[in-house]
Amino acid sequence: MAVSSATPASLYNPQFMDHVNNPDYNYLLEDATHVHEGINPSCGDDLTFSIRIGDDGTIEEAAYQGHGCAISQASADMMSDLVTDKTPEEALALCELFMRMVKGEETDEAELEKLEDAALLKDIAHMPARVKCAELAWRTLSEMLGANEEA
Amino acid sequence: MSLLTATQLSEIRENPYRKDFPLLANNPELVFLDSAATAQRPAEVLDAERRFYETMNANPLRGLYRLSVEATASIEAARERIAAFIGAVDEAGKPQANQIVFTRNASESLNLVSHTLPELVGLGEGDEVVISIMEHHSNLIPWQQVCKSTGAKLVYLRPNADFTITDEEIEAKIGPKTKIVSVTHVSNVLGVENPVAKIAERAHAMGAKVVVDGAQSVPHIAVDVRELGCDLLAFSGHKLGGPMGIGVLWGTAEILDALPPFLTGGEMIDSVTETDAVWAPVPAKFEAGTQDAAGSYATDAAIAYLDRHGMEQLEHRERLLAAKLCESLQGLPYIKIIGPDDPERHIAAVSFVVEGIHPHDVASILDMHDVCIRAGHHCAQPLLTWLGEQSTCRASVAFYNDLSDIERLVDGLDQVWSVFHGRQ
Repeated sequence: MAVSSATPASLYNPQFMDHVNNPDYNYLLEDATHVHEGINPSCGDDLTFSIRIGDDGTIEEAAYQGHGCAISQASADMMSDLVTDKTPEEALALCELFMRMVKGEETDEAELEKLEDAALLKDIAHMPARVKCAELAWRTLSEMLGANEEA
Repeated sequence: MSLLTATQLSEIRENPYRKDFPLLANNPELVFLDSAATAQRPAEVLDAERRFYETMNANPLRGLYRLSVEATASIEAARERIAAFIGAVDEAGKPQANQIVFTRNASESLNLVSHTLPELVGLGEGDEVVISIMEHHSNLIPWQQVCKSTGAKLVYLRPNADFTITDEEIEAKIGPKTKIVSVTHVSNVLGVENPVAKIAERAHAMGAKVVVDGAQSVPHIAVDVRELGCDLLAFSGHKLGGPMGIGVLWGTAEILDALPPFLTGGEMIDSVTETDAVWAPVPAKFEAGTQDAAGSYATDAAIAYLDRHGMEQLEHRERLLAAKLCESLQGLPYIKIIGPDDPERHIAAVSFVVEGIHPHDVASILDMHDVCIRAGHHCAQPLLTWLGEQSTCRASVAFYNDLSDIERLVDGLDQVWSVFHGRQ
């Protein structure tokens, strides 16, 4: 009986690592309309996520700051890119889709394409201990939009 | 230039043990370096677990028929072997089987003590309980909660910069107000052995009782309770090759007799009336309800395996492995060891961080190369906070590891580094 080899060898691939080493959205968003902090106490992941909602009601700009593992950081970078120019409702729907993906509940490729680069994290479903790392940014955004917390 | 001699290196290059462990034998590619969390089990332990149910399954203690008698005898034989294994013997060398209490795990053993010893020593306001900052949560939270409920003060022994608890620290922290001292023998994070005998001597001079958490020492070094000088010792079977679900509490006859019971119910009484109960003698007093007799029997088999190969011999091999592990990690420029610099002070475990890379990423990438290590806070959050670390990686060895496991870890760490920073 061999040990399961479900662990994806492809997760830390160059495309993923580019989000870790050269993030586009890891900065302080000075004119944010919404700011929310998310933490994973047991990992020490700490993320402050900020967005600016424009006059047309869409997310004009998204950015994050903080520290944590590569998965939590890359996930935040991918999410920031994805939700830019989306309405809060669209962003929340994408958060929900992402949560379903990392729990292994959504595997339909066409559906996952909506997540763009964040679909790279679908193999997290085979790494239960890392799901909360991947989810941190998305959970933070959901809480922020759900709570409608003003900056 | 290696710390180990050529002979020592060839000793740890050979591996006469791995074949005895089905999970390792069936997965030749697997590098298991997390024995500090739980050990692998030799085939004879698995066989014993099955044999119990096939040949002697009956509820121990109760029955007046032969099967139950056999089941009872198997538990008593296990107690005897465990007693001998930790030096719980009388002057004539006879193992003191009734000083061995079975629990579910080391945590339960420590909870048994933390729920009964305060009453025995009359712990209250103005008194102090001394533990060390290196405690696993299993030997920390119970005492933290006892102090909260009794008003006693929780005092921490802290190591110096060299990760040693000095004589001065022992004298400063253990004094006339100290009623209970409960310390880990070997740190599950730092891998260091604490001066338990000195701590016990000081504590007894101050009239305090001494509890030792042996979860990380009993599996790796030949422990003798007479040398430790403690009153109580807790450890678990699964870290020395036994099944999960068996813990042990050893205590002197005097203290076990004096402690009140922890859990009450079946099997732990002599007689019961509508209004009162008389406790059974030790160890039954502490073993309410049906016990995991098969687990005790299989734990006996695990210790028989260690006895057959000789604990001194296994300890010698593990010390070489741990020293080589530490030295190899020190050879990587991007690794910081969290623990003593001296490789020979590491008992089985070495904690480390990879510069700029979260331990969880390190463990996940190593897993992709079939290398199993632990990453996180190791159930020792106050220690990590005190050290200024959020989490660490930890690699730990047992005698069934060999040099190739360490080489594979080093290769894996080079892979981790290159995933983040490109090829060197």
